[in-house]
Amino acid sequence: MSTILVQVIVGGLLLGAIYALFSSGLTLVWGMMNIVNFAHGDFVMLGMYVAFVVYTMLGAGPLLGAPLATLALATLGVIVYFGLIRSIMKGPMLAQILGTFGLALLLRYSVFWWFGANFLSLPENIVGGTFDIGGLRIQASRLLAGVVALAVTLGLHLLLTRTSLGSKMLAVAEDSTAAQLMGIRPDTMQAIAWAIAAGATGLAGALIATFFYIVPTVGETLGIVAFVTVSLGGFGSVPGALVAGLLIGVIESLSAYLIGAVYKDMVVYSLFLGFLWFRPQGLMGKS
Amino acid sequence: MRRLLWPSVLLALVAAYPLLFSTPFQQRLGALVLLYAIAASAWNIVGGYAGQVSVGHVVFFGCGAYAAMGAYAHFALSPLVGIPVGIVVSVAIAALVGVPTLRLSGHYFSMATIAVAELVRLIVANTDYLGAGVGLSGPTVPRNVFDLSFISALPYFYLFLMVLAITLGITWWMTNSRMGFYLRAIKDSERAARSLGAPASRTKLYAFMLSAGLTSVAGALYAILFGFVDPESGLGILISVKILIMAALGGAGLLFGPLVGAAILVPLEEISNNLLGGKGAGLTFVLYGAIIVLIARFQPGGILTLINRVWARRNAGKPDIEAVKGAAHAP
Repeated sequence: MSTILVQVIVGGLLLGAIYALFSSGLTLVWGMMNIVNFAHGDFVMLGMYVAFVVYTMLGAGPLLGAPLATLALATLGVIVYFGLIRSIMKGPMLAQILGTFGLALLLRYSVFWWFGANFLSLPENIVGGTFDIGGLRIQASRLLAGVVALAVTLGLHLLLTRTSLGSKMLAVAEDSTAAQLMGIRPDTMQAIAWAIAAGATGLAGALIATFFYIVPTVGETLGIVAFVTVSLGGFGSVPGALVAGLLIGVIESLSAYLIGAVYKDMVVYSLFLGFLWFRPQGLMGKS
Repeated sequence: MRRLLWPSVLLALVAAYPLLFSTPFQQRLGALVLLYAIAASAWNIVGGYAGQVSVGHVVFFGCGAYAAMGAYAHFALSPLVGIPVGIVVSVAIAALVGVPTLRLSGHYFSMATIAVAELVRLIVANTDYLGAGVGLSGPTVPRNVFDLSFISALPYFYLFLMVLAITLGITWWMTNSRMGFYLRAIKDSERAARSLGAPASRTKLYAFMLSAGLTSVAGALYAILFGFVDPESGLGILISVKILIMAALGGAGLLFGPLVGAAILVPLEEISNNLLGGKGAGLTFVLYGAIIVLIARFQPGGILTLINRVWARRNAGKPDIEAVKGAAHAP
């Protein structure tokens, strides 16, 4: 394989790790509460803007921007859960989808109104330089973002499977009434799930902002990427989201390199529709 | 005959509107209200009656708009000729998306509709035959009456009123047919309906295809009114948003809900665009987002359901739960 192809694939994997990170938030909420957050991509967009504001106001890079974005979005997640989700999750399907879809619009156009429709970006050298590993040239910002995203996604998986908090959350997901009888508060667990899911988008947003364009409507594209990732990985599965995210990152990079950058989103969306036809339970799901 | 009384009064009032409010701006506003009411009523068939929330309905709207303009731009035919083409393509897309997703939980359907709308927008924006980023234009100077290019908004108003009446007639007919009974059963409990032998997936698919075809007619009329279509005005996600919010605000699953929603929101948007100028576009959608969230949170049935509830309470002198529940299904 030529070096350039390897470089494209590595770039795809690093981007895919970030896709995996924010998609695991979506899959967590979906698996636990059977609710799809249509504002998920816009949460990522908010994370990007938090990182941008931290840079322009404080002059600080992702070292400060990433934790702040995580914290800000986690807080937003809890507010959204108690203010909106808790009441619509018992309601009709129409209310569930309208609720989060309306939230997406509200966030997207508030940012649009405040910051305008211009493409913003962080300075390229905010995470310095480019590495040269065995002939592969990799931007430090992408490498850092990809590695952190991968580590946090794996950490999230460990949190859900290896800790008592994770067990409690899974118990609520399995049967919320039974969990309540065991002394677990579903409300608290679900609020924590929203904090984790939204926090993951905040972190992903701050990471991706170091090398991605920042624009209010970016959430729409990223939201669909999250849908594709989750439906590919099987709903509720963080490892599934990880594999699917990496795969989609690579597919996107390869199609941008092989057929042209305008076509990369088309390829991913078509893939999604194709998957709904042939394997709606995802790659790893049981039929 | 009493049940026909209110619809007839409403129709008479709407028909008299352009005579009472006769400035060009008011007539054009009226035509726009009716146009969006057609699209939102068409959405209502799948979103309200079948309970499947399509968030990518603009794809059908765009099919109609592009077919109408394409008929003129490429074949020098009347835009009207494009309408059947738009309907056929829309129904085909609806089947393609509906067959796999309507068997699954409603979330998949919503996600698939948003993805297919974006996919089609990207494809059209990169296809030179369809005008790519610039779009297609209709006749600027009408050759004959079938070009439907008028200076006054009055002919459009009555044309749209006619199409709206047909759309509502089809909806009304559907709710009283076997399909309407199936849809009501499925919406109450899909599992129960299936176990009693209602063909749930197929019924939802038919509703989706019917809705898609009617939406494409609305799209064609939109392009005819404005004389052009481009990827943003014909296939942008914000058109989906407008269609959806009008139906939901007025009352999803109620015959006149979308018309009420359009009559509130179209003037609101015009006013906010006029008052706020360029900045208005962003703020209008902030407002739309807030309205959608509030409807979902507090009044998923929309304004008409609220009015019906108050009405039922007044008539009965006490809160009447059954009347309220029944109201959601009454035509």
